[in-house]
Amino acid sequence: MDVVSQLQKQFVDYSTSLYREGFLDDQFVQLQKLQDESNPDFVVEVVSLFFEDSEKLINNLASALQQQIVDYKQVDAHVHQFKGSSSSIGAQRVKNACVAFRAHCDGRNLEGCMRCLQQVKFEYSLVKSKLETLFKLEQQILAAGGSIPVLA
Amino acid sequence: MGSLGGVVADSQFHVLAVDDSVIDRKLIERLLKISSYQVTTVDSGNEALEFLGLQDEENKDSDLPSVCTANHNRREVEVDLIITDYRMPGMTGYDLLRKIKECSSLRDIPVVIMSSENIPSRINRCLEQGAEEFFLKPVQQADVNKLRPHLLKERLRNNKSKLIEECLGSRPIKKENFQ
Repeated sequence: MDVVSQLQKQFVDYSTSLYREGFLDDQFVQLQKLQDESNPDFVVEVVSLFFEDSEKLINNLASALQQQIVDYKQVDAHVHQFKGSSSSIGAQRVKNACVAFRAHCDGRNLEGCMRCLQQVKFEYSLVKSKLETLFKLEQQILAAGGSIPVLA
Repeated sequence: MGSLGGVVADSQFHVLAVDDSVIDRKLIERLLKISSYQVTTVDSGNEALEFLGLQDEENKDSDLPSVCTANHNRREVEVDLIITDYRMPGMTGYDLLRKIKECSSLRDIPVVIMSSENIPSRINRCLEQGAEEFFLKPVQQADVNKLRPHLLKERLRNNKSKLIEECLGSRPIKKENFQ
C-alpha cells in the first residue's frame, strides 16, 4: 500500500473509532458538510474557536466554584454555554458531562460540581487531543498529495 | 401582478443573526451564506437593536415596552429576517422579539428564535409573541431552508404595498416595481 492509501486508511479507522466511542456525534459530520473549496478550513476554524472558548469556560468555572459564596446561577450559566458549544461541534462526551454538571448546579451541590468540573475537563482534554490527531492526519494526507476520505 | 415574482429575486436577502456564542455565530453565518443570504452577525440584543437603528438607551435591559417613535435613527441597511438565540446574557431573544414587535417600523421583519433547550412553554411563548419559527440547536441546513418562505412572503408583501402606493400617487413611480 502506498503512503497516501496507508494514511487514508489510518484516517478512516481513526475517525470511525471516534464516532464509535462516542467522542464525536453526527453534528461533527454536519460541520464537515459545511466545508468546501470556498471554505476549506471551516472545521479547523470552528474547532479552534471551541478550544479557545472552552479554556475560558473551564477557568471561569474553576474560579466560580472557588468563591466563598458560590453563585450557582453563574456556574450554571457557564455550564450551559459549554454544553451549547460542545453540542454545536459534536463533542458528545463533553456535552454529556455538562448535562450531568447542570444537575449538580440545580442541587447546589458543591462537591458534586467539583467532581463534574473534573469530569468535564477530562473529557475536554481527551476530545481536544483526538481532534488534534485527526487534523494532523488530514494534513499528512494532503501533504502526501492525497485527498481526505469522506466518511459515508 | 404576476410580474411581481420577478422583482422578488432582485436583491439578496439580508439576515441579521444574534448570538452570544462565537461558535454558534460562525455556524449560523456559514449555514445562511450557503443559502446565498447576506449575513450580519451581532453578539447581543442591544447590538441588534443598534444595528436596526433603534436606540433605546433608557430601556436597554428593562421589561418596559421600548420607546419606538418615528424619530429613531433611519437605518441604512434593510434587514429581511432576524434570527436570534433565546438565552443570552442581558436581553434574551424573547425580549428582543418583543421590542421588535412593539416597533412599528420593525414589526414586519420576520423573527426566528433558536434555543438549545427544548421547553414547550418557551416555544409557545415565542410563537405567541410573533416568532415565525423556533429552531432547536444545533441548527441544521433543513432548518435554514424553512426561512425562505418567510422571506419571500415578506418581500412580496412589501413590493405589493409599494406598487399600490405608487398607483395611488403617494409615492413616486419606480420602473422596477412594474417589471
